[in-house]
Amino acid sequence: MGPAMDLDKTDAKIHELIAFRVGKQEFSINVTSVREIRGWTSATILPKAPRYIRGVINLRGAVLPIVDFAVRLGLPTAEPTARNVIIVVQIEQKQIGLLVDAVSDIITLNHNSIQPTPDVSSDAVSTFLRGLLPVDGRMISLVSLDNVLPPESAVAA
Amino acid sequence: MAADPMAEIREVFFQECEEQLGELESGLLQMENGSKDAETVNAVFRAVHSIKGGAGIFALDALVRFAHVFETTLDAIRGGRLAADPPIMALLLRAADALMDLVRAARQGEPISDTQTQDLVAEFNALAAGKAAAHAKAEAKPAAPPPPPPAPSGPPKRSWVIRLTPKPPLYAKANETALLLRELSLLGEIEVEVDASGLPDLADIDPEATYLSWNIVLSTDKDSAAIRGVFDFVEDDCDIEMFEQPDFSFFDGGSEPEAEAAPAAPAGGTESNAPAPPAAPNPVETMAAQAENASSVSQTIRVDLDRVDRMIDLVGELVITEAMLSQRVLEAGLARTSAVAMALEELEALTREIQDSVMAIRAQPVRAVFQRMPRLVRELAAHTGKQVRLVTEGESTEVDKTVIERIADPLTHMIRNAIDHGLESTEKRLAAGKSPEGQVRLTALHRSGRIVIEVADDGAGINRARVKQKAIENGLINPDAQLTDDETDNLIFLPGFSTASEISDISGRGVGMDVVRRSVQAMGGRISITSRPGLGSTFTLSLPLTLAVLDGMVVKTSDQTLIVPLAAVLETLRPNMSDIHPLDNRTSVLALRGGYVPMVDVAEALEFGNHTTPPDQCVALLVESEGGNRAILLVDEIQGQRQVVIKSIEANYRAVYGIAAATVMGDGHVALILDVDTIVSATRDSGRTDFNRSISQVF
Repeated sequence: MGPAMDLDKTDAKIHELIAFRVGKQEFSINVTSVREIRGWTSATILPKAPRYIRGVINLRGAVLPIVDFAVRLGLPTAEPTARNVIIVVQIEQKQIGLLVDAVSDIITLNHNSIQPTPDVSSDAVSTFLRGLLPVDGRMISLVSLDNVLPPESAVAA
Repeated sequence: MAADPMAEIREVFFQECEEQLGELESGLLQMENGSKDAETVNAVFRAVHSIKGGAGIFALDALVRFAHVFETTLDAIRGGRLAADPPIMALLLRAADALMDLVRAARQGEPISDTQTQDLVAEFNALAAGKAAAHAKAEAKPAAPPPPPPAPSGPPKRSWVIRLTPKPPLYAKANETALLLRELSLLGEIEVEVDASGLPDLADIDPEATYLSWNIVLSTDKDSAAIRGVFDFVEDDCDIEMFEQPDFSFFDGGSEPEAEAAPAAPAGGTESNAPAPPAAPNPVETMAAQAENASSVSQTIRVDLDRVDRMIDLVGELVITEAMLSQRVLEAGLARTSAVAMALEELEALTREIQDSVMAIRAQPVRAVFQRMPRLVRELAAHTGKQVRLVTEGESTEVDKTVIERIADPLTHMIRNAIDHGLESTEKRLAAGKSPEGQVRLTALHRSGRIVIEVADDGAGINRARVKQKAIENGLINPDAQLTDDETDNLIFLPGFSTASEISDISGRGVGMDVVRRSVQAMGGRISITSRPGLGSTFTLSLPLTLAVLDGMVVKTSDQTLIVPLAAVLETLRPNMSDIHPLDNRTSVLALRGGYVPMVDVAEALEFGNHTTPPDQCVALLVESEGGNRAILLVDEIQGQRQVVIKSIEANYRAVYGIAAATVMGDGHVALILDVDTIVSATRDSGRTDFNRSISQVF
């Protein structure tokens, strides 16, 4: 099993989540898949990449692709500034950077408090959201990172 | 990871087998070339013996039985009972090949049986029987010229002079000199003399100190290792000097003994050094001493390659971080003479040195590849009926392990080519007044940061008329093309040159020299051939020392920095608008010395947004893909050349169109390395550019 969050488990396991903000919305991912959090540095653009791939940056010698989370979810976006944050996450064998607005919180939660995502027809919602979490009157979406990178088969010949 | 521990041990055994087989082969070749060095024979014997030992552990019985027969014959040679004459050397080499086959089969888990080797075993047995007969004959003829000293039944007895000077810790650890001496006496005849000259007056004696030394003369058939074994547990706590007493009846050279350095070198410079024998002017090279040396020279450890690579990665990061730091310091406006800048300079030098040293860990001598070639040559010689002699030079030239792994195939092919096409048949050689034995020379050397490997034959050289004819027949060149000799020779590397009429059992196999060139180019290397009619041809292979770095041209287009592999760039030029001819609304060609080369705007090909620089304001790079196709790449500017460390994009992402890999520049930014092949092949759909290929610039 990869380190990505597995929310299908029905046991009442305690999760630690990192919450982050993109625009006006808050999302969270399992803390175990987060490797580090760093500031935005300009990325080298990749040819013929999907729009949500901002390019690649140098992470201590490794080439790290940056996924613009807002674009990935079809949210309104702006050019990143030094105040943006990159969350470096591990997805199976790969490390990628998630470009977000800010890291907002670390949440400890009981699995049972997760609410199911309402059945809406949005692609982004069904692809990435695994549940909703009420925290102090805020709503935080639980994100699964499994599909965040473009599939291998989409490689241009 | 739940690896089977036994499988791991097995793997180590087979790895060691490969090393032993290499030793075996190189040793046999030295013997074949007339080396009478006892250590060579020993090394050969040891190699077979270790394989036998290991095979026994893994119950590879057929392997053990064959190795045993092999070893017995080697032992006879080692003991001087059998002369290593050419027929026997040939047999031994074939046996080495067979042993290699058995080991490889065993490694693959294939069943091995005695039938594979029964012919060789029969030959070995016949040899033993014949030798016995010859021996009997020699004894029956006492009038024969003085025979070499009769081989004794066991190793000859030798006399060793040992001086033992215990230090206080020896007694403090409850060791007892008498017990050591008693144990020594078990090895052979022993004479012991105590040296009490260091003993002070009774009043001055320190009960905890040591004052006595012992001089021992030991006559034994055991080797020095066995003698040292006695002192195994005390060697740190005493001074041991040991040398062999020359036996003048045995060594007619009559030279002085060689003083062996004691393993526990007396650090304190104790008194006991004084009575040591004077340094020998002409030391006797005893086998034991050599064995001792051998064990101290080859001090190696086995390290998992991943660990080395991890370290190389880390050092690569260190280099980048250092470069970034330097840049920041410059940006901060610190003077070059400031203490910080100077310390940084030192750090930079140190970092480079660390990088070189770490890269050197992966470097290995090309011997690993060269060692496989004698067998290939033997097989090819047998197959073609030609007499071939392989001469290798520069086996110890070092190059990165990945390069070594990847040059074996091209090299094999070049040697095949040299023997099959280069060398003439014996009759033709004799008719040409040459020695019947053809020579293939395999040379490796370092030249300006690259490794150059040459395969030279002394055959007839390239038949230029025939090569040209074939190139015309295959439509590779125009019938009226004017080519220099060099250009004609290098036609053989063109794709489509290898033709049916040329395919033979050996170098045919559907692989032409263009494949060799392609695989060499894939490594960032170059291959060329020079030939002199009647005197032979030389293939020259030039490769980078490592595949982890790449010589690149740093270019900029549409504000993006890109690296173009230097190996692909033939020349750079600034195009004239008048030479640019549109082919259709998307493609243009550039008139270049009578030919037309398709042009690619790199920024457009990679979709870096609107690229507005007019072509005549661009810099044009004439590049050649691995397949030999050419194109002009248009970029905004060339920023220079530099060596870059190759970083994978796929590790964290996926393959990217038109991009081979990435690197990190000194400012910490990622720069992409262009995949020239994809870019060039993208132009192929539109053109019949094969016709336009200008032969004069193929290389």
